[in-house]
Amino acid sequence: MKLDSVSLRHGAAPATRSVGERTPLVDGIDKVTGRARYTADLPCTQPLVGRILRSSLAHGVIHGIDTDAALAIPGVRAVVTGQDFAGPYGVIPIAQNEWPLARDKVRYRGEPLVAVAAVDEAAAEAALKAVRLDIKPLPAYFSAAESRAEGAVQLHESKPGNVERKVEQDFGDVDAGLAAADLVLERRFDCNEVYHGQIELNATIAQWESEKERLTVHSVTQVPYYLHLMLAQTLGLDEAQIRVVKPFLGGGFGHRVEPLNFEMITALLARAAGGTVKLELTREEVFLTHRGRPATEVRLKLGMKNSGELTAVDAEVVQRGGAYAGYGLVTILYSGALLHALYQLGASRYRGYRAYTNLPPCGAMRGHGAVQVRFAFESMLDEMAVMLGLDAFAVRRANLITPIPHRTLNDLQVNSYGLPACLDAVERASGWHERRGRLPSAPGRRRGLGMACSHYVSGSAKPVHWTGEPHAVINLKLDFDGGITVLTGASDIGQGSTTLITQVVAEVLLLPMSRIRLVATDSALTPKDNGSYSSRVSFMVGNAALRAAEGLKRLLTEAAARRLQVSPEEIEWAGESCGVIGTDQVLDWAQVVQEALVDSGTLTVKGSWSTPPETQGGKFRGAAVGSTAGFSYAAQVVEVEVDEDTGQVKVEQVWVAHDCGKAINPLAVEGQVQGAVWMGMGQALSEETQYVDGLPLRANLIDYRMPTIVESPPIEVIIVESNDPLGPFGAKEASEGALHGFPPALAAAIHDAVGLRIPVMPLTPDRLLEALHLRQRELKQQARRAAASKPTTPEVT
Amino acid sequence: MSKRLLTLTVNDRVHELAVKDNALLIDVLRDALGLTGTKQGCDGGECGACTVLINDQPRLACITLAAGVEGAKVETIEQLSAHGRMSRLQRMFHEKLGTQCGFCTPGMVMAAEALLRRVADPSPAQIREALSGNLCRCTGYVKIIESVQAAAGAQA
Repeated sequence: MKLDSVSLRHGAAPATRSVGERTPLVDGIDKVTGRARYTADLPCTQPLVGRILRSSLAHGVIHGIDTDAALAIPGVRAVVTGQDFAGPYGVIPIAQNEWPLARDKVRYRGEPLVAVAAVDEAAAEAALKAVRLDIKPLPAYFSAAESRAEGAVQLHESKPGNVERKVEQDFGDVDAGLAAADLVLERRFDCNEVYHGQIELNATIAQWESEKERLTVHSVTQVPYYLHLMLAQTLGLDEAQIRVVKPFLGGGFGHRVEPLNFEMITALLARAAGGTVKLELTREEVFLTHRGRPATEVRLKLGMKNSGELTAVDAEVVQRGGAYAGYGLVTILYSGALLHALYQLGASRYRGYRAYTNLPPCGAMRGHGAVQVRFAFESMLDEMAVMLGLDAFAVRRANLITPIPHRTLNDLQVNSYGLPACLDAVERASGWHERRGRLPSAPGRRRGLGMACSHYVSGSAKPVHWTGEPHAVINLKLDFDGGITVLTGASDIGQGSTTLITQVVAEVLLLPMSRIRLVATDSALTPKDNGSYSSRVSFMVGNAALRAAEGLKRLLTEAAARRLQVSPEEIEWAGESCGVIGTDQVLDWAQVVQEALVDSGTLTVKGSWSTPPETQGGKFRGAAVGSTAGFSYAAQVVEVEVDEDTGQVKVEQVWVAHDCGKAINPLAVEGQVQGAVWMGMGQALSEETQYVDGLPLRANLIDYRMPTIVESPPIEVIIVESNDPLGPFGAKEASEGALHGFPPALAAAIHDAVGLRIPVMPLTPDRLLEALHLRQRELKQQARRAAASKPTTPEVT
Repeated sequence: MSKRLLTLTVNDRVHELAVKDNALLIDVLRDALGLTGTKQGCDGGECGACTVLINDQPRLACITLAAGVEGAKVETIEQLSAHGRMSRLQRMFHEKLGTQCGFCTPGMVMAAEALLRRVADPSPAQIREALSGNLCRCTGYVKIIESVQAAAGAQA
């Protein structure tokens, strides 16, 4: 193991390789020992307690909020409302229509209205009870159909019909494509709203230094710099007055890619109280903060030739977005954009509608925007394959993209494409041809196999907040102690980015990873990073780290050459040592560092990276969404057992192949792919938020059914390496792309087992049982009808 | 709410603390003793992140009254590396990537520790049963099972 094999005090040591090695997390020991400090764990001397009062109405006009009695309660140090904020916020610069505390109107049950800071919980709770609200109710809408109906009251003044964004995208001649098809099929799919469910509760600690007028915020964010911007905007501060730190983070999955209301509320409370405020949300409040994957209706029409080749795609998607814009317009654009770049398409038509409703706002969640449409698309490929008598793998192979590089109809750039290898791998590993149709079945328990493909971006090629800066910047510091410090704004949210960046730097310099320390996500120290979203970190920050390390290596090689009085080209670099090629002249690491610091002192080197223009999408409206420097690809086979008496589906095993370009850390790639597939399983089988009149029914981790270890299957991961030309060492993303394939592969496996297609997620036992019963009734009716219409046998005389 | 003087034995150290009758063990561990390795991930008894050992049995500190464990042996995640070295189980969670974001990990490790004290070489089914009250949102549990198996195999 690398872990404890390295001694730093030695002479000419061999070069150490890091990329491609199964590498435990560099911060893993902190996690398994309980030493890792998450936001709520940070030492903090007698902070004030923050609490939020939330709306019990789903929609209403705020006529007045009286906080005088609350402020008068002993121990209460601050009471704030929406009127105390300087501006609205939102993750998309052109769609900022949310205030951290509601102003003028409330738009969902649970929306924050008032916040207090007090010396203890009792005083804070008493203050919330003492607030007097005067809110006049308005009609509220809990489905896209209701809010889009004629005559519905508008949630937002600028959005008639309660449509946040309508997308119309047409590529090629869809009608001609459908006319040329041998089989045209149209289906509708109903997909659940799901929630991230990271285990860490939300928490923020904000400290206001009155004398210096400075704000320090420690928070649970995936994108610290954007929180930084929104703190400045909502509090009316200069950005230079603010420091944002992200400590250890207990999962993200998209919940924390947007700046969230409680973070800005805590900061405002700290300033109002002139001190330090700690605000921890309950699990119920985390559900209300939401930003999950929206409930989605998909209508999909596909044209296919007898060969399995797709001729045209016609898709309509309606998303129930919740009360505010959030990431909504990006989500609805992703749903259209990522119809492409998995297969070669003849023509496509996309109509997308993002509706406002009086529910907690949806946002980005792992697999952003593409999970629901992929469920529909792959489910239909499976159905059409059966109708045409084709194998499920054969249908996918009939639509592979060729040649590579390829530019899709909607101007996405595909530079590497491991899907064919993924298909081969899972076909073989699952024993598809040998086992399909021959699985053992007990009475009432039927087994089936299903498969599906999927893909995802390795970072959005254009960031949501476009400034012209590079996509990623890394700073390296090398000092007298011979240690290298990596300074990065990249958020490790559990995916292992801190480890990956360390590996990349170590690999370039051929040094042991123990030479390298990494300091991340403190705006006072680390360079800005666009954050952990759209699986951008490995690709973009990895590339910046690679370039920074190359820069440092150049400086060190030059220093060694100077010391040995040769030219840099004559130096052979071996990490802990280097020497002159073909001689026995050798310098050890300490000597090289010493020479490099002469006259210059501490070395600091910067590396940066940006996506090439050709990967940034086309020129049409919304073209940037879906564009990426590298698509990942995945194929998976799911084996299920369906209990026909209970409707219970048990996933027996999953085989998944993921094209991550190059596995910089194969151990972490496996972990990420397993986590993604498993999250797809939760969405497909059991997870669903549910509301009654806007009140969430399942705002806890018992009723919101994430799979436990008991129902979680073995997931065999096969890594496919297509060596992307732009990725660092050829690497692409590994954390999201395998998620999308699970739901349709599961649906196909259920069909294989019991012959039913249920175009709904999640496929809970009650839904499956109802479908099984319905079919039984239909079969009986058919039998009765057949019996009735049978000609009577003439009597024998 | 009245307070009482409580003598708690946590990680082999005896503490005398004045706590409210209704104080929860998790709050005493985290706030009074600074043992922040024990995590709160829910509103009470949902997720298992706060699992600690009471007389070798896994218990949820977020729904356990501190007053109720007086005289018992309380162990938290910090105890497993109390002597400066990770336990075998912790090492396996680290090396086999049984942890990603790490937030459920202390509870998961303590639940697994309780199992291994009871069953030296558990089957996958026994591991699943023992950890069924501990939610993880990152790993899909595959590498958690491998971690526990690897630790058990070496002990057997």
